[in-house]
Amino acid sequence: MSTSTSNAGSAAGSALRRGRRRPVDSTVKVLLVAAALVSVATTVGIVIALVQPTIGFFQQVSIVEFITGTSWTPTFAQKAYGVLPLVAATLTVTGVALAIAVPLGLGSAIYLSEYANPRTRKVLKPIIELLAGVPTVVYGFVALFALNPLLQKWWPTDNGPAFQNLLIAGIAMGIMIVPTIASISEDSMAAVPRSLREGAYALASTKMQVSTRVVVPAAMSGIVAAVVLGISRAVGETMIVTIAGGLTSDRIVLNPLEGAATMTAFIANISSGDIPVGSLDYDSVFAVGALLFLITFALNAVSIRMVRRFREVYE
Amino acid sequence: MSTPTITTDTRPDSSASGNALTQRRSRPGEVAFRMAMQACLLIAFGVLAALLTWVLVKGWNRLDSRLWTEMPTGLASRLDTAGVQSALVGTLWIISLVALICLPIGILSAIYLEEYADNTRWYNRLLELNIQNLAGVPSIIFGILGLGIIARALGLGFTVITAAIVLSLLVLPVVIIATREAIRAVPQSIRHASYALGATKWQTVSRQVLPSAVPGIATGSILALSRAIGEAAPLIVLGAVTFITFNPDGLDSGYTALPIQIYTFITRSQSEYTELAAGAIVLLLAIVLAMNSIAIFVRNRFEKRW
Repeated sequence: MSTSTSNAGSAAGSALRRGRRRPVDSTVKVLLVAAALVSVATTVGIVIALVQPTIGFFQQVSIVEFITGTSWTPTFAQKAYGVLPLVAATLTVTGVALAIAVPLGLGSAIYLSEYANPRTRKVLKPIIELLAGVPTVVYGFVALFALNPLLQKWWPTDNGPAFQNLLIAGIAMGIMIVPTIASISEDSMAAVPRSLREGAYALASTKMQVSTRVVVPAAMSGIVAAVVLGISRAVGETMIVTIAGGLTSDRIVLNPLEGAATMTAFIANISSGDIPVGSLDYDSVFAVGALLFLITFALNAVSIRMVRRFREVYE
Repeated sequence: MSTPTITTDTRPDSSASGNALTQRRSRPGEVAFRMAMQACLLIAFGVLAALLTWVLVKGWNRLDSRLWTEMPTGLASRLDTAGVQSALVGTLWIISLVALICLPIGILSAIYLEEYADNTRWYNRLLELNIQNLAGVPSIIFGILGLGIIARALGLGFTVITAAIVLSLLVLPVVIIATREAIRAVPQSIRHASYALGATKWQTVSRQVLPSAVPGIATGSILALSRAIGEAAPLIVLGAVTFITFNPDGLDSGYTALPIQIYTFITRSQSEYTELAAGAIVLLLAIVLAMNSIAIFVRNRFEKRW
């Protein structure tokens, strides 16, 4: 930078006539491009890390068995590699989490955006953003040691929730996702122009009608993006399900009161033990990882499209 | 977009609008809706606040100097004199390295994308999509990247530097996206004025644009680092689940970190471990929430409105 200062003054005259190569500027550009390529290298690295062991895995296990098999038992003597139990557990937890997070998150966003006075909003919005930063291992801890004992105590029938179960993991995950959904939905509701609201009020709409029939539809793509992001976080979340979700994977568990391993919980569990590199069990981690990557990739694509649409409309 | 929650129809409403102008009429549906929305907020954040308070109470007995002066132990008999010093030091090591690796790369990438890249070119658009997608990739997948490529193929093993690289790549998109937004918020007129005075592109960027964007960049960077502090999943895949009773002494040293140590305590069944886990969580939360508070304060206090 110091060299460019001394050059700049004397070179300004000639620079007007023709573009002069400045060593500092071109060096900087090379540096910037190199930095930007790190993220490309990351994606390439992820794909390479996943693809090679996954190919090895599918040379020994047929894709049909992987996709349609109903038992996942790599650590048993009788090995089976059907991924459906892991997928089913993932879907169950995600479903419970969304059933909690979507109404609570949307309701919070509507209240903050349409009802709360500006001073309350100014205090609450940062708190919500703050809570979005609570590490997930904390949610796993409270799910297992605080929420689940309560659930077991209050459960009306005899065969209540197990020590680890999908319901409690889903509830904890729902609480975890609320700040994310609330924050992004509130942003998109705040982006709805005032004139739309005022037009509706001029037609004698009540506040509830304005909220539900004008603001929510106008902010819909942002809300959908928030929900899709919530799904993506739920599917990829690891610590809560590893701690509180259980380990069963030899059959498809449909009862959320039982414990079962999700895709992420399986990866975390098996890789925290000692597995020999190159073995089929080691490769199975990457095969499940590849499936997880594909699912979240699709979800991200939807979310990115939605956010783009919501930007195009009102900015 | 018909909304199923509404039961009142609009006709009696319009006939009542004459009244509404003269006197405030409370409609039961309106009041119920408002209360329901308020209840959502109260339930969601009341539960969260209750849970965090519960953790504080649970870990209260362990919140003393033992936490940071003593090492973790796997022996239940020695739990009285156990703490999380190696995990705390490990976390400080990792986070310093993440700051050194991730912040320069992230900020430079953002400068490229905002100031230099031609957005009509397909490769620049691909770069942008790639970063948006990386931001949504589950953290455990980054653990797999670390396991397959960084630890094994590059031969860095299960060391502090591997953990730092993996976490850096994980939070890189956060830094890039926040920095881009901060740079974009600097008005074009500042750049034009700088060019008009004969400044080169890099002089304009480094002396006009970046200084104005510092609050936004700082906020994004702190949030990214605090996320890296709390991440456990990638480190589990990187095999960091053991009782490490020494502090890291170099880049190639073994390590443990706070979230991993907490997970290890949770997997033990004795109730003393649960208390110790709660104590360690309070320590972790104190660090993470303090960092997030600083980030949000910096943004609200110092961000320029043009």
